[in-house]
Amino acid sequence: MAAPTLERAGSSEARAENLTIAKALNRAMRAALERDPKVLVMGEDVGRLGGVFRVTDGLQKDFGQQRILDTPLSESGIVGAAIGLAMRGFRPVCEIQFDGFIFPGYDQIVSQLAKLRYRSQGKVPMPVVIRVPYGGGIGAVEHHSESPEALFAHVAGLRVVTCSNTVDAYWMLQQAIECDDPVLFFEPKRRYYEKAELDPRARPDELFRSRVLRRGTSATVATYGPMVRTCLDAAAAAEEDGTDLEVVDLRALSPLDLDPVFASVRRTGRLVVVSEAPAESSVVSEVVARVQQECFYSLEAPVLRVTGFDTPYPPSRLEESYLPDLDRVLDAVDRSLAF
Amino acid sequence: MPSNIRTGEHWTRPGHLDPHAPAETGPPAATAATPTREQVIAGLRATSEGGADLVQLLTPEGERVSHPEFDVDVSAEQLRGLYRDMVLIRRVDQEGNALQRQGQLGIWVPLLGQEAAQIGAGRALRSTDMAFPSYREHGVAWCRGIDPTELLGIFRGADHGSWDPGSTGFHLYTIVIGNQCLNATGYAMGQRFEGRVGDDAGEATMAFFGDGATSQGDVHEAMVWSAVYDAPLVFFCQNNQWAISEPLERQTRVPLHQRADGYGFRGVRVDGNDVLASLAVSRWALDEARHGNGPVLVEAFTYRMGAHTTSDDATRYRLDDELETWKLKDPVERLRVHLLRSGSGDQQFLDQVDAEADELAERFRRYCFDMPEPPPERIFSEVYAEPSPPVEQQRSDYLAYLADFADQPAGGVR
Repeated sequence: MAAPTLERAGSSEARAENLTIAKALNRAMRAALERDPKVLVMGEDVGRLGGVFRVTDGLQKDFGQQRILDTPLSESGIVGAAIGLAMRGFRPVCEIQFDGFIFPGYDQIVSQLAKLRYRSQGKVPMPVVIRVPYGGGIGAVEHHSESPEALFAHVAGLRVVTCSNTVDAYWMLQQAIECDDPVLFFEPKRRYYEKAELDPRARPDELFRSRVLRRGTSATVATYGPMVRTCLDAAAAAEEDGTDLEVVDLRALSPLDLDPVFASVRRTGRLVVVSEAPAESSVVSEVVARVQQECFYSLEAPVLRVTGFDTPYPPSRLEESYLPDLDRVLDAVDRSLAF
Repeated sequence: MPSNIRTGEHWTRPGHLDPHAPAETGPPAATAATPTREQVIAGLRATSEGGADLVQLLTPEGERVSHPEFDVDVSAEQLRGLYRDMVLIRRVDQEGNALQRQGQLGIWVPLLGQEAAQIGAGRALRSTDMAFPSYREHGVAWCRGIDPTELLGIFRGADHGSWDPGSTGFHLYTIVIGNQCLNATGYAMGQRFEGRVGDDAGEATMAFFGDGATSQGDVHEAMVWSAVYDAPLVFFCQNNQWAISEPLERQTRVPLHQRADGYGFRGVRVDGNDVLASLAVSRWALDEARHGNGPVLVEAFTYRMGAHTTSDDATRYRLDDELETWKLKDPVERLRVHLLRSGSGDQQFLDQVDAEADELAERFRRYCFDMPEPPPERIFSEVYAEPSPPVEQQRSDYLAYLADFADQPAGGVR
């Protein structure tokens, strides 16, 4: 049974609006809930409260308690029950309250959610979305600022995406809900309240595609999620010094769509890959491995990584030092150019 | 003694329960996981009875008894059917063990001793109900119409389960302990959300797990969730007394069925070696669920007469005395005696079932020997709904790599 598709979505009355990422995500869920009665939203405090970040604000009021579920405080339960609901034909959209709270559900995600299609050879599809506010920069206590995306990108059977802006937030979440595979949807929580214009009549990009956000010739910067804004700011600053950076938003972390990165590196010869997560065995490292394999003869300098450190996330008084910022990105660009 | 322990049955040494009790003797709890001979015997004494709460309709001697709350009307034909189910699945189990010993299977998970628990529960399920097994539920699979040959691929390493959970009402085997209980909870929530609960025509779900699984967080969460959402779910716990080498006292201080009290639903302990009691209690529990009075916990008090798997050696952790005692409670024997004594079946019928078991065994073995090897492409099949470029690339690269060997004489990669 195919769910109604986005192609038939949208209303002619819709008009362009200036929206935050949080509001765009809310609109996306609202659109999916209206389009398909099998879509459910479930998580801790997502109902009456509207979520701790208010991303699900007002949904329970409009769609009822049976479709917007305030669940017990139990992440394995959220994922495990979502799996059973998906077997029954529902399309659950789960909210994990904070990145660092997902691990009680990791067993269900890795052992069941990721493998049921494979185990059943296609007889048990798993159209489940797990939304995860991730990353640091909000001055939070421990377990509220982590970037665990590589732990999911490493697991076969899962798809992992992350949005960096209002437009992607709106479309990518709806596309993820329509996808018949389980999707980990990472949301850059410190960017939740950044605004941009959303035109619901515009045609969205495909879900599992990266995108060049800024054309440039000096070097390529590939990044995703909360670091996209940082890298665009870095590119703007570099421009003043006569350095012309190309910036690629990876968007899909599993499967990676690296063709635009390869094409870019073949032109610039230099690549810096940026993320908040620790460097070791990371998504960033996978990008580096694939680029050296595909672009070996085009590289003018070693590929450099700018990441969080290989430490647990520090107390928040230190997070400005931990998180890559404009200066650390430009420092790496300078080293690449000077090689 | 806490007042909430109704039967007075408990396995933890009294010193744990009574702060005023004199200091306990014997090994500290941390090292008691390797039971002493005395502990094993004590465990045997404590567990073989099942306690006053045990629902039983057929005594170990095959005598039909009644129970004030749970009873069941079964015709002679139904009795013969239950006997046939148990004999056939026991034979399949025996063949599974033998095929592993012959190197045809990588592993087998014996159900010996648990036939009555599984056939009773399996025959209580309706076609519109759903079941979520663990990995020892060959008897339930049989009742759901899964041909025993379909189990072979899992243990031979040819597949991870080949049947369709949707059309059979039987989910694939779940190996990670307790995971399926939460999946069953979600499924049962879905039954309720779709309005399929509330009358005789309602639907229900049954989750199968063992005594060891009750220590898993997922089972606890499943009980919380199913209670909170009034899910039409029956938790069917086969307490076979052993989680590999760990006796029940490593998992719990109270009898397992009493845990339901804490979640706010009914818990019943049934004689898991009595197919009539298992059928009666399961049918009642499923009816409670389908009418909207779920969830329910059923603890089927039984015994794993074989090893945990064919890789296990049960002689390292339990005494033969225990097995001998449980042999006297054998589920198949007690129904055989009852059939003959009540005149519901005669020797000719028993012989006929034995002959059918021989045929099934032959077919089961033949199927195993003739099973084709899965082709290398199978590695890459159905990882994602939409093809994933990296996986597709690996598939084509690997198949091309294999094809390179095609021209070479024997000895290359198969």
